Amino acid sequence: MSKYHFDYLDNLESEAIHIFREVAGQFERPALLFSGGKDSITLVHLALKAFRPGKFPFPLVHIDTGHNFPEALAFRDHLAEKIGEKLIVRNVEDTIKAKGLTEQKGKFASRNALQTFTLLDTIEEFKFDACIGGARRDEEKARAKERIFSVRDEFGQWDPKLQRPELWNTYNGKIHKGENVRVFPISNWTELDVWNYIRRNNIELPSIYYAHEREVLEYENQLVATSEFIRVDPGDSIVRKTVRYRTVGDMTCTAAVESNASTIEDIISEIIATKTSERGETRIDDRVSEAAMEDRKKNGYF
Amino acid sequence: MDILKLITAGSVDDGKSTLIGRLLYDSKSILIDQLEAIEKQSKNKEQGEIDLALLTDGLRAEREQGITIDVAYKYFSTPKRKFIIADAPGHIQYTRNMVTGASNSDLVIILIDARHGVIEQTRRHSIIASLLQLPHIVVAINKMDLVEFKEDVYNNIVIEYSKVAAQLGLKDVTYIPISALNGDNIVDKSDKMPWYQGESLLSFLEQVEVEKDINYTDARFPVQYVIRPQTEELHDYRGYAGKLISGVFAKGDKIIVQPSGLTSKIKSIEIGGEEIDEAYAPQSVVLQLEDDIDVSRGDVIVPVDNLPHVEQEVDVLVCWMANKPFAAGNRYFLQINSRVVKTVVKEIDYRLDVNSLEKDYSIKSAALNDVVKAKIKTASPIVFDEYDKLRVNGGAILIDETSLVTVGACMIQTLNP
Repeated sequence: MSKYHFDYLDNLESEAIHIFREVAGQFERPALLFSGGKDSITLVHLALKAFRPGKFPFPLVHIDTGHNFPEALAFRDHLAEKIGEKLIVRNVEDTIKAKGLTEQKGKFASRNALQTFTLLDTIEEFKFDACIGGARRDEEKARAKERIFSVRDEFGQWDPKLQRPELWNTYNGKIHKGENVRVFPISNWTELDVWNYIRRNNIELPSIYYAHEREVLEYENQLVATSEFIRVDPGDSIVRKTVRYRTVGDMTCTAAVESNASTIEDIISEIIATKTSERGETRIDDRVSEAAMEDRKKNGYF
Repeated sequence: MDILKLITAGSVDDGKSTLIGRLLYDSKSILIDQLEAIEKQSKNKEQGEIDLALLTDGLRAEREQGITIDVAYKYFSTPKRKFIIADAPGHIQYTRNMVTGASNSDLVIILIDARHGVIEQTRRHSIIASLLQLPHIVVAINKMDLVEFKEDVYNNIVIEYSKVAAQLGLKDVTYIPISALNGDNIVDKSDKMPWYQGESLLSFLEQVEVEKDINYTDARFPVQYVIRPQTEELHDYRGYAGKLISGVFAKGDKIIVQPSGLTSKIKSIEIGGEEIDEAYAPQSVVLQLEDDIDVSRGDVIVPVDNLPHVEQEVDVLVCWMANKPFAAGNRYFLQINSRVVKTVVKEIDYRLDVNSLEKDYSIKSAALNDVVKAKIKTASPIVFDEYDKLRVNGGAILIDETSLVTVGACMIQTLNP
């Protein structure tokens, strides 16, 4: 072994920093989509490594569905303030009112599909030409096929058949007016890589990622936190359990897992031992159909 | 623990998807819900057992048509290594897809059906692997179960392939007899082939040395972005952000900025605002220089005593990836690392038949999936090393001026062939 030691996390980090700087170098008005979840927090950390001691060449942008975990929102504001970077929040609620959008009905009605409307409006409002997101290819099979620089038309649509070949580490960010690029710096990371990186760098996370006691509704083997957004029907089983979140999405469509993992070491041991995938265990929105993500992406979703 | 990036070359008929499915399955990278999903589909397709090939099927559009559209990436880890597999489909668009996947890989697994031996496709995959200069090649002789695990079948294929390897000058070639369907020699050594002395595929992949493929000699630092905080305390700070794609830089090193030719010394090297004494490939860092000289995105910082080429006319091997033809007189953007310049095709020398290596000097233009040798001229100088010598600074892409799509992959050749 040579004296130049570079392990897999160093490699993933360097690749992500390189991608961030390509965005900064190639685009006029980029944005970093930030939700307060672990993947976008990791992106913020990587952006600090890419651009300090300078400022970020982009704002943080949050598309708030109105159904977020209060802990994630508080953390979002806390982090933006701590690093002194600009945060732009746009609310799905406002788009619903302004455009008279029809919300999904039913027990776990999700605003996932409506989020795309607000995202596209926000891109239009600020004329963003690149939006950086924390999607990973290991999450879902539609994502496994997406490029690191993913060109979207003016409707935000992804066309899997017309993707640009991505060679070496050369990213082609040239686009026509009206198009934009979604950029995924942590495409090659797995869930476990993200957690190991968080551990190595002591990255602070919202409290809901760690075990805590919470009132949950048990539904088809999933534990959904009770909140004003969840309809409780007669006969529903409501219990208090010690849980944590593996992913943080909307309160209406993100399930908790039963866990006593209160430190990052505990969480990593649990993930290594787990037999279910991240989205499979916690995302009610992916259960709709085999191709739920593929369909959402084609319509402009991340 | 480090990373091995690999690409699998072969068609569905060779058992490529089954092999990837097997690696994921046997390394326990498949989780219950994913397994349930493919079990459900396996039943839909009225097959008795789990169809491991389904693990690599991606989109609904593909499943409906029973085809693979594009390069998909799969991930798995063992305690020794993280693996990234580029899975490229094996039909019409294959050259384009394999070139794309191979450009980012350290190793290729070339699958051969033990019943058929070396066929045209095997030759094609090997030629592409040699054009892209993949450092390691594994020839996986699959479906050994269908030839009763016979040693002589394996030996004959090894002899046959050795000729291909010799012709192409492939250096690091390893042969492994496997049955992807049954898992023979995939994770564990198979007891059905006691005559085979080598390792199982996975243990070979875990051990193949990739660190020595990194070049620590020729420092090349393409500038991606200039950091200028312009705050009171950092008023004069100008940091050049980029990735050291090869070589080593230390504080105090004398450098030259190409193509401008301006010289200076490295004042500091930083990562995330923290100073380090030395940077090595492939680290992403920030360099500050002693002198206030003009450096911007697209420039390359190199040592004064180890220079790349700076030219406007170069010979390139082009893998053409678009439906529109590639012809003399056509104009494109050429992007090499962070530098983008306009370029015009001066002439096409020949087309290389990727099945036979024959050169056709009569052609006037290249079509989709053709590999051609061409002379191009750029509007301003490009900073490069020959692809053969330094992969990371010898590959460039061509971008269509109007559609803005990536249309070609260029491997820059020696200047005076």
